[in-house]
Amino acid sequence: MASYSTNEFKAGLKVMLDNDPCAIIENEFVKPGKGQAFNRVKIRNLKTGRVIERTFKSGESLEGADVVDVEMQYLYNDGQFRHFMVPDTFEQYQTDEKVVGEAGKWLKDQDSCTVTLWNDAPLAISPPNFVDLAITETDPGVRGDTSGGGGKPATLETGAVVRVPLFVQIGEVIKVDTRTGEYVSRVKE
Amino acid sequence: MLAGIRQFFAERSVLEVETPLLGHSIGTDPQLEFFITEYCLSPGMVCMPQAGREPARQSPLRQTLFLQTSPEFAMKRLLAAGSGSIYQIGKAFRNGESGRFHNPEFTMLEWYRVGFTLPQLMDEIAELIAGLFSGQSLQKTQRVSYQDIFCSFTGLDPLVFSYQDYCAFAGDSGLSEAVDICGHDHAVWLDFIFSHKVQPHLGDNALCMVYGYPACQSSLARINEQCALTTDRVELFINGIELGNGYYELADAEEQSRRFDKELAIRQQHQLPVFVKDKRLISALESGLPECSGVAIGLDRLLMLLSGSVSIDDVLSFPIHRA
Repeated sequence: MASYSTNEFKAGLKVMLDNDPCAIIENEFVKPGKGQAFNRVKIRNLKTGRVIERTFKSGESLEGADVVDVEMQYLYNDGQFRHFMVPDTFEQYQTDEKVVGEAGKWLKDQDSCTVTLWNDAPLAISPPNFVDLAITETDPGVRGDTSGGGGKPATLETGAVVRVPLFVQIGEVIKVDTRTGEYVSRVKE
Repeated sequence: MLAGIRQFFAERSVLEVETPLLGHSIGTDPQLEFFITEYCLSPGMVCMPQAGREPARQSPLRQTLFLQTSPEFAMKRLLAAGSGSIYQIGKAFRNGESGRFHNPEFTMLEWYRVGFTLPQLMDEIAELIAGLFSGQSLQKTQRVSYQDIFCSFTGLDPLVFSYQDYCAFAGDSGLSEAVDICGHDHAVWLDFIFSHKVQPHLGDNALCMVYGYPACQSSLARINEQCALTTDRVELFINGIELGNGYYELADAEEQSRRFDKELAIRQQHQLPVFVKDKRLISALESGLPECSGVAIGLDRLLMLLSGSVSIDDVLSFPIHRA
């Protein structure tokens, strides 16, 4: 893998730091008029998701990380692993829950999602920003209620629980924003 | 802004000058990288650089010239020649510097006041800034010594280097990488800690002038008469942005020559390009630089502050990647 010097650091670049793959978020050039130049870099550890700040002497370099995002189809959960497939090549990958993390509760069989591969092994899963999921359980709806008001909890087919307006019924399909975990709208079949 | 600056100096009878951007020599500061260009004495000799070709040899017909990192040397030669107080608004070039607050080509205001001590010059700087910011509510100007401000934010003494204390501070502040970066180099430690832990807090909606820099960061300033550990150097900050740098100017040719040699040695040590020191400046100093103080202010950054911009690109017609 190529290495990148501090002046090549830009948002999105994937590099190795302390043996973990990381993505650069922000790179600020800090240089006193009469002094040493530094780069103050904000980095996300792709394994843990933690964001840290680290300073480098300008001109230092880091090894690039072999990290790519691939669109895949989520196939199924065999109880121990989740299985994904690249639609074009039918190549399959499996991951455990630790890698899937929060994304798991938004994954429905056959849906597509983004799998981040590091050295060809899944590192993280990101669901689409919006998913359509059916409600499997919620309190009975109240007619005439509008989307204002307090709402009620509803369990979705993937197991996720979101707050929905009172008028939404069991069996209906709703659109959810996976970034906030919030209800967006009902989906007409 | 430019009109305001010119009027300010016209009222004080300071002469506007212009000095060459292309020079035969350049400062030796190990922290500044410069642009090099080639001057051909006859037009037919100009040729485009080609990959793999040996760079043309230095010959009487081909000369290496440098784009100046600041007009300081040329202006000091004018001062030594008896110009009296002078100012200049012009471009300066620093290679490899690009970021939210840096563009390799930028505009600098530099002025020298003959007969002024550093505190007198600081008064004038405060007046100029206050005038330019009139209409915007800038708070009262602050003046603090480097030692006081450094100590108040870090608890460390910047004048006395204690490797253990500096390392411990870095560890406690989540900056443990500093230990590797700075090693046993006092000056780099000061740069690191100052730019991370002190500078961001300086000049909250006010001009903050920090004076009395440690002697290891003196460059072209005089050593303070009372305290040999500090120099008569001042740095200007507003909202944590470094705006400028001023000195009670070193007039001792021998001392200057020694500092050049020292910096050249450092350049050699760090395998940076080494160039001859500016003999014309040394001889100008030998012939006698009048007692004077001078300061340089980055006008692009000043304009950023005046217009509330977050990036230097916002105040440049075309930043370097689009130039």
